[in-house]
Amino acid sequence: MIRILVDPVACDAYGYCAELLPEAVSLDEWGYPIVDGAPLPAELVDAARRAARACPRRAITLRKRNPGH
Amino acid sequence: MSSTSLWYATRASGLTALILLTLTMVMGIGTSARLSTRNWPGFAQQELHRRISMLAVVFLGIHVLTSVLDTYVHIGLAAVVVPFTSGYDRFWVGVGTVALDAMIAVWITSLLRGRMRPGAWRAVHWLAYLSWPVALAHAFGMGTDAGEGWVLVLGMLCVASVGAALAWRTWAARRQAVARAGLAATRGVPEKHLSLTGPTNRGSRRA
Amino acid sequence: MPSAGDTVSTARGYRLLGHPSDLPGHLAALGPAPLPSRDWSRWREEFVSALEASGLGGRGGAGFPAAVKLAAAHGAGGGGTVVVNAMEGEPASDKDKLLLVASPHLVLDGAQLVAAASGADRVIVCVPAGRARVAAAVSHAMEERLAARCAPASETLVHPPERFVAGEESALVRWIGTGQSLPSFRPDKGVSLQIGRKGALVHNAETLAHVALIARTGPEAFRARGLDEDPGTSLVTVSGAVEQPGVVEADRGTPLIEIANRAVPLGPSQALLVGGYGGAWVGPDHFTTPYASLPLRAVGATAGVGVIVVLGQGVCGLTETARVAQYLAGQSAGQCGPCVYGLPAIAHDVARLARGQVDAGLAARLERRLGQVEGRGACRHPDGAVHLVRSALRVFAADVHAHLRRTPCARRDGPTQLRFPVAAPGVTR
Repeated sequence: MIRILVDPVACDAYGYCAELLPEAVSLDEWGYPIVDGAPLPAELVDAARRAARACPRRAITLRKRNPGH
Repeated sequence: MSSTSLWYATRASGLTALILLTLTMVMGIGTSARLSTRNWPGFAQQELHRRISMLAVVFLGIHVLTSVLDTYVHIGLAAVVVPFTSGYDRFWVGVGTVALDAMIAVWITSLLRGRMRPGAWRAVHWLAYLSWPVALAHAFGMGTDAGEGWVLVLGMLCVASVGAALAWRTWAARRQAVARAGLAATRGVPEKHLSLTGPTNRGSRRA
Repeated sequence: MPSAGDTVSTARGYRLLGHPSDLPGHLAALGPAPLPSRDWSRWREEFVSALEASGLGGRGGAGFPAAVKLAAAHGAGGGGTVVVNAMEGEPASDKDKLLLVASPHLVLDGAQLVAAASGADRVIVCVPAGRARVAAAVSHAMEERLAARCAPASETLVHPPERFVAGEESALVRWIGTGQSLPSFRPDKGVSLQIGRKGALVHNAETLAHVALIARTGPEAFRARGLDEDPGTSLVTVSGAVEQPGVVEADRGTPLIEIANRAVPLGPSQALLVGGYGGAWVGPDHFTTPYASLPLRAVGATAGVGVIVVLGQGVCGLTETARVAQYLAGQSAGQCGPCVYGLPAIAHDVARLARGQVDAGLAARLERRLGQVEGRGACRHPDGAVHLVRSALRVFAADVHAHLRRTPCARRDGPTQLRFPVAAPGVTR
C-alpha cells in the first residue's frame, strides 16, 4: 500500500505535485496540496514518484503503509 | 585536430554555452517567480531548466577541453579550476575559471540535492547569480569575437532576457508581499509569522 | 512500593493541592519520593505497573496514558532528558502556574521518578519568560533540593518564549536543542522526541505531580476518586462570568456545571467553553456531562488542558468565538500554509458572521475552509481552532441562524468575558 505524505512545513505551494498527479492531489484556494491519505491505485504510482522527485522542497514523499496503521 | 579547428570549436562552444546558460538563468528565475499556467505548468519549467543546464554543461565541457587541447596558446589543466594561473591571457581566462568553479558547485549540489539541507542547497545555488555575469564578462573580455556586430547583439539579448526575467520576478515578489501585508493587516496576524513565500499566483486572494 | 495509605496521610483522600510548598514541610507531610535504591529493574517494573494500574492519563491536553509514554521511552539509550512542560500557553489556564508555586516539590519529584525510570540524567523545567513568581518558586525549590540532595537527575529551569505554540511538545524540545520554537512535522508519532542524540520525554507539570503522588500512595488511592474508566482528579481553571475565578481540583467524572458552580457564576450561563481556546463549547442541555474523556467526546468536547470558561448572558457566543479565532490565527507558528492562510480567513468569516455582515457564500465558504484546514498542519493548532468554531456553529445555532439573516443579536458588541494576553496581536476587545 503506497500512500502520499505531504510535509506541511516544507511545502511552499509550488503546485508541481498537483500538476503531475491531479487524480490524487488537489490544491486548496491558497495553492497548498490536499491529499486524502488513501492508498494509491497501482497505475498512479509512477506519476506519484515523479511528483515526489519534482517537488523543489522535497515536501512530498511516498510511504509504504500496511493497512491498520 | 588542427589548432585552428580547436580554436573555432572553443569559440563556438563557448558562445553556445553562454546562450544555454542564459536560457537556464531565465528558466530558473521564472520557476522561482511561480509563473505557472495551464499550458506552461511549473513542473515543466523546472524540468526544462534542469535539462537546458545539462546541455550547457556539455557545451561548457567542450569549450574547456578544446581550449586546453589547443597548443597554440598555453592554458594548462590546472588553470581550468584554479583561477588566474593560465599562461595565456591570465586575467580573462581566470575570470572564466571563476565562473566555471561557481557552476561546478551549483551543478554538484544540484545532483546531490536530496542529500543536503535545503538551506545549504539554496545558498550554493545562488552562486548562479555570480556565475552568469562573470561568464558573460569572460566572453567579452577574451575579446576574440567581441568586436563582431552579431556577437554584441547576442550579448545584449542575453543581458536583456535575464534582466527582464529578474524584473518580472521582483514585480511578482512585490505583489506577493503586498498581498501578504494586506492579509496580515486585515486578519490581525503578525506579518513576520507569514514566513512562507506564499501561494502560487493562481490562488484566490479574495476575501 | 509502599501500600496505600501508610506513608501519605489520606485522611482527606488523594489530592494534589493543599500540601506544603517548602521542602521540609513537603517531606514531613508526604515523605521522600520513592526513588530506586537497589534493584533498579524491579523498581522500574513496579513503578510502571503502578502507573498503568492507576490509569493516569496525561493532563496536558492529549490525555495520553502516562504509563504507555514511559514504557515506550525506555531503551532510548542512557542519559536522556525529562522535560517538565509548564508552558501553559493557554490564556484561560492557571493550573500549572499554581501547581508550581503551591507544590513545586510534587512536580519535581514526579520528574525525578520518571527520569529514574527512563534512564534520563537531567530534568528541564520550562516556564515561559515573564512569569517571575512561578520562576522564583521553582528556582527556590530547586535550590532547596540541591542542598538536601533530593535531585539525582540535575534540575534546571529554562524560559522559552511566551507563545501559544511554544508549549507544543516538539516545539519545546526543538527550542531546548536549537533555540527555535517551532513544531516539527511528525508523521510517525511513535518515534520519540530527541534533544541532540538522546531521548526526551515531555510531560505536563500536573501529570508529573500525579505521578509523584501515585508512586507514594499506590494506584488505589488515585482510583478511589473519579471514575473507573477515567480515574483520579484534575485541576481545572474556571473563569469567565463568575465571581470567584480560580483553579479547583475536581474528581474526574464530576458534572461540568458542578465544577463551574464552584466559581460562583454571575447568573444563568449561555454555554461553557471546555478544554481551552482550542477546545469546544458545550450548551446548556449538556451542562451535566461528566468531566471525563468519553462522556465529553460524546458531546464533541475534550478535557483538554483543564479549562472551563463560563459564558454569561452579556455577550454573543459568536462574538467571543470570533475573538478566540482571531487570537489563535495570530498564534500560528507560521510554518504551514493551511494554518497561516486558513485560520485568518476562518477568523475573518466568523467575525463577519458575528457582526451580521454576511454575504451569500459565507456559510458554505466557512464550512469548506473548516474542512480543508483541519489536519493539514504539522501540529494540532489549526485543528483546535477548527474544532472550536465547529462547536460554536453547533451550540450557538440559533444565533447563527439569526446572524445569517442579517438580524444579529444586540449582544454582538458585548465586552469580552475571556482573557487574552496583552501582547496578543489584532484582538478586538
